Amino acid sequence: MTSLLYSEVEEELRAAVRGVLADKSSPASVLARVESDAPYDMGLWKTLAADMGVAGLLIPESRGGAGASAREVAVVLEELGRSVAPVPFLTSAVLATTALLAAPEDPGDLLSRLASGDLTAALAVPFSASPYGFRDETVTAGADGTLSGRVTAVAGAAVADVLLVPASGALYAVEAGHATVETVPSLDLTRPIATVTLWSAPAVRIASDLSGVRRALLTGAGLLASEQLGVAKWCLDTTLAYLKERHQFARPIGSFQAIKHRMADLWLDVVRARAAARGAADALAGEEDPSLAVAVAQAWCGDVAVHVAEEALQLHGGIGMTWEHPLHLFLKRAKAAQLALGTPGDHRQQVGVLADLPA
Amino acid sequence: MNEDEIRARARAFREATPASDRLAFLRARFDAGLAWVHFPEGLGGLGAPRELQLAVEQELEGTPQLDPGLQAIGLGMAAPTILAFGTEEQKKRFLRPLWTGEEIWCQLFSEPGAGSDLATLATRAVRDGDEWVVDGQKVWTSGAHHARWAILVARTDPDVPKHRGLTYFVCDMHAPGVEARPLRQITGEAEFNEVFLTGVRLPDDLRLGAVGDGWRVAQTTLMNERVAIGGNAGRRGGGMIGMVAQTWRERPELRTPDLHQRLLRLWVEAEVTRLAGVRLREQLAAGQPGPEGSGMKLAFASLNQALTGLEVELRREEGLGYDDWTFRRSESVDFAGRDAGYRYLRAKGNSIEGGTSEILRNIISERVLGLPSEPRVDKDIPWKDLPR
Repeated sequence: MTSLLYSEVEEELRAAVRGVLADKSSPASVLARVESDAPYDMGLWKTLAADMGVAGLLIPESRGGAGASAREVAVVLEELGRSVAPVPFLTSAVLATTALLAAPEDPGDLLSRLASGDLTAALAVPFSASPYGFRDETVTAGADGTLSGRVTAVAGAAVADVLLVPASGALYAVEAGHATVETVPSLDLTRPIATVTLWSAPAVRIASDLSGVRRALLTGAGLLASEQLGVAKWCLDTTLAYLKERHQFARPIGSFQAIKHRMADLWLDVVRARAAARGAADALAGEEDPSLAVAVAQAWCGDVAVHVAEEALQLHGGIGMTWEHPLHLFLKRAKAAQLALGTPGDHRQQVGVLADLPA
Repeated sequence: MNEDEIRARARAFREATPASDRLAFLRARFDAGLAWVHFPEGLGGLGAPRELQLAVEQELEGTPQLDPGLQAIGLGMAAPTILAFGTEEQKKRFLRPLWTGEEIWCQLFSEPGAGSDLATLATRAVRDGDEWVVDGQKVWTSGAHHARWAILVARTDPDVPKHRGLTYFVCDMHAPGVEARPLRQITGEAEFNEVFLTGVRLPDDLRLGAVGDGWRVAQTTLMNERVAIGGNAGRRGGGMIGMVAQTWRERPELRTPDLHQRLLRLWVEAEVTRLAGVRLREQLAAGQPGPEGSGMKLAFASLNQALTGLEVELRREEGLGYDDWTFRRSESVDFAGRDAGYRYLRAKGNSIEGGTSEILRNIISERVLGLPSEPRVDKDIPWKDLPR
């Protein structure tokens, strides 16, 4: 039965993830980490992926996973968004895992190794790739089965052991050691992107078409909405606390009606973001075509997360412009996520197609 | 003095003055009254209408020029305040090296606890004979590490309501006890500073205006600041809209119908804002800026934010990158510098610095539209008794 609420099991999962993140990934520690040589927190990732088993949520029990659904994944993403935790959950346990689940071949038993947390993977497409217009143009498969080419702006590639690379209309698995992965300065400090270069890299073909890649991009877009919800919720909660505490003109600034009305509007945006994100997660977990629910969620949540983060900065005033305050990590995550897996404009256009509103 | 006379004077000055030594040329230009023609004679001006400055600039094109980035606070804020409230000695002492750029100025107004509510500021100045002893912390001070002087507002009487206990000073940035520390921003760089004032001794002749009159003096500075930030009309299609337009023209593969409509909407908004700025300039040509200047700064901030946000979105994959997060001190304020991601983040400050957009909306609604003000709980309470 479909539901936009959270089940008891989902709430328990949330509480467990939140507990780990509160313990191991405070905003201050994330800020310190993103400036280090290792922006992704692989210690935290090991705890989440291996010890808690979140890496295998989408993987069937027969392959060592939890056999859960997109709904549980969405709850984890809400919490990861709420803490901008620099872990490759979306890129490995959602994007790469979905592509692999759709592939007919899994020669190295990659799914079991992903489920156990022994292995981390990344889908080698630009993070901005849209589920609607994706074309693999930059990598080609040679006659000898090796791959050559370059993919830019790949999220999560720097910490992946295996890269799933679309090339010449098929999907290949490449050991990361056979690729050059160069992290570039990224707008989102907590999910840096990298350039992946392949020079006659040995590869194993796992699917003969790109339908699984498109399914992964659609799933990723739909579930990214839950991460955006988490980002927006942190910004809303943090701003709310600040408005109660910060005094100007001898009163809490949250007592000014102009501020209260803005907060009420933001709250309403987030209420609807939650419903949209739940709608997409539920549709992705079900049997029917999730396309419209995904397009709606991404068209709404991508912009809402940016808007709430921008308003949070403004309502914090000068302190929000400082590096020292963690708010900028959320703004940068929100802005980069808006571009990820299709822009809100791309998703609106898809709504036009699916809701019979032609241009 | 009319335009023809001013042009003749500028031409004669140009012919007679060698431009090989930049500083000597600027000093001579100040002494000839061609620095800012609306200032009085002897203070770099000719007592002429403000709009005739344009004629001077045209005649002196190609000669040594000021550094508008480094001198922005001095020229835009300190100078009009000194002119309005300074003693003859202060005007003579400060205005010439301020204009030539020999002395750089910064602004010590905002504090961690006093942003939108500037009048609640807590930096204390206590009289000690012919001197004042200043203690406190200021923030968002651009150029503090270059500055020779600062304009400073401090509390001289905590026992009266907040607006009445303030006094305005010129602060000697080389005095013992002045320390500027870089303040890193979300862009990665430090364009501003925190300034710590510890037992800083300022002679009474650095006071600007009467003791207790600091709020009124500061209003002159702030009105000028808002015009300086938002009042540069520029040319059609220039500034931030020009940068987005350039990306749009050069990169047809990025275009979508959705982005096109949004770009056109912003282009129209940029153009009507520019025209309103031109009109405001014409109205104000001879006088001091009024509260209408707040509207321009409000529009500038929201437009910059919309345009830079759109540009990052337009660039898609490139928008996921960033040029450089290195922590460094920037030499001057540049809203337009570097890549689209930088401009997006920097523009977030436009609605905070120099009066938040919320405060500007209050100014417009109360002082332009004449709407009643909110009930004020802090007006008649001594500053020291305010809740905070």
